[in-house]
Amino acid sequence: MLRALLSAALAGLLACTAAAQVAVPQLKSRVTDMTRTLPAQSVMQLEQRLAAFEREKGTQVAVLLVPTVRPDSIEQYAVRVFEQWRLGRKGVDDGVLLVVAKNDRELRIEVGYGLEGVLTDATSNRIINDDIVPHFKRGEFAAGVEAGVVRILKVAGGEPLPPPATRSQRNSSLPFAPEWLIAIFVFLQVINQVLRTMLGRVLAASVLAALTGGVVWVIFHSVLAAVIGSVVVFVASIGDGTRGGRGGWSSGGGAWSSGSGGGGFSGGGGRSGGGGASGRW
Amino acid sequence: MKIIKLLIIFIFLSALGGCGYNTLQTTDEQIKANWAEVVNQYQRRADLIPNLVETVKGFAGQERDVLLGVTNARAKVGAIQATPELVNDPQAFARFSQAQGELTSALSRLLVVVEKYPELKSDANFRDLQAQLEGTENRIAVARNRYIQAVREYNVVVRSFPSNLTAMLFGYKEKPQFAVENEKEISKPPKVDFGTPAPAAK
Repeated sequence: MLRALLSAALAGLLACTAAAQVAVPQLKSRVTDMTRTLPAQSVMQLEQRLAAFEREKGTQVAVLLVPTVRPDSIEQYAVRVFEQWRLGRKGVDDGVLLVVAKNDRELRIEVGYGLEGVLTDATSNRIINDDIVPHFKRGEFAAGVEAGVVRILKVAGGEPLPPPATRSQRNSSLPFAPEWLIAIFVFLQVINQVLRTMLGRVLAASVLAALTGGVVWVIFHSVLAAVIGSVVVFVASIGDGTRGGRGGWSSGGGAWSSGSGGGGFSGGGGRSGGGGASGRW
Repeated sequence: MKIIKLLIIFIFLSALGGCGYNTLQTTDEQIKANWAEVVNQYQRRADLIPNLVETVKGFAGQERDVLLGVTNARAKVGAIQATPELVNDPQAFARFSQAQGELTSALSRLLVVVEKYPELKSDANFRDLQAQLEGTENRIAVARNRYIQAVREYNVVVRSFPSNLTAMLFGYKEKPQFAVENEKEISKPPKVDFGTPAPAAK
């Protein structure tokens, strides 16, 4: 009885996992081989080649090999991976993803919006059928991927895009929308006025500064940002009001944003709309 | 006095924000952007068709019915003005997606017929066109998917409390969704492929 129940539960569990979508692996490097098909040597070479291309052009190209993408189609899976990895620079959207589903015998080149002009569907289709698939048919996966990447880089290098940005420029987006900065400014202004009538100028500014420091620390977990924030607020609120304050507070926003930044490879925030081509071998 | 006025304005604004006014704006704008992308990709497909029909005609001129079907469906699609306001009119929206659906099925009939003509299939020009068409169909699927998600987000805001009050106050109504019978992915039968090695064999 118990055994029957258990096996039924197990069967249910298996059915669940079978129906679930294939997870998108975490983006750690430019070449992600979940099938362990490519020799380490060729992964290294590809990595270097792609890294050099990004330094030179700014375009991010990534390769992903997975055993299967079922029950999704390769197109759906590629879009999901692209949405999660966010290849290409934000706003330029110059990312390319080469997905190979080894056991499904399918592959796809997914192209970011910014490269749709050069790496068109027809071009992607030709790269797949002329450069990659012949190798794959013979079982030479490393050679096929390499040939495809070489061709992709050649084609993608042909389009004039904005020059590559330095690291600090890339994550320059503010954590707050401007309207929020204005709201915070108004809010602080109001609090400052209220406190001032109760506590006097210096004390009011100190209290506000301490509060700001605390809030900034809680939000950003950075002592430096907290100190900068509280100093800025102190200086701004001890002054005579609007004129000195505006400049002070908006520059505080700049100081917060420079806090983030990490090592390794990560997507730049690019998007794709399903451009590219798929193929089979 | 001035302080109190400021305070009241601030509280009012933040209360409005708390009642989902900003979320309404954001999701509404997102729908517009996503809808523009859907229309854009449908337009791209319509633009491909004359060239495609010409190419197929060169090799398979006797398939008149199928070619005519595509041309007619294309003309029908072209007759409907795809404006951004279409999103706010459920009937026009239904007409639009029906016309596009007819074009989709006409095109897939064409691609089935093409299988009978190996010469056509190996023609470089046709191969490029077919890749473009497939790419565009995929873009349409992606754009529709994103539109559906945006509409779902928006509709949830419009219908849930307390943002439904804000929506009522400012006249924001629910937006139409693509009907399920249009979803190609759902109606597509599962692909059976005997060419692939079974996963268990590995």
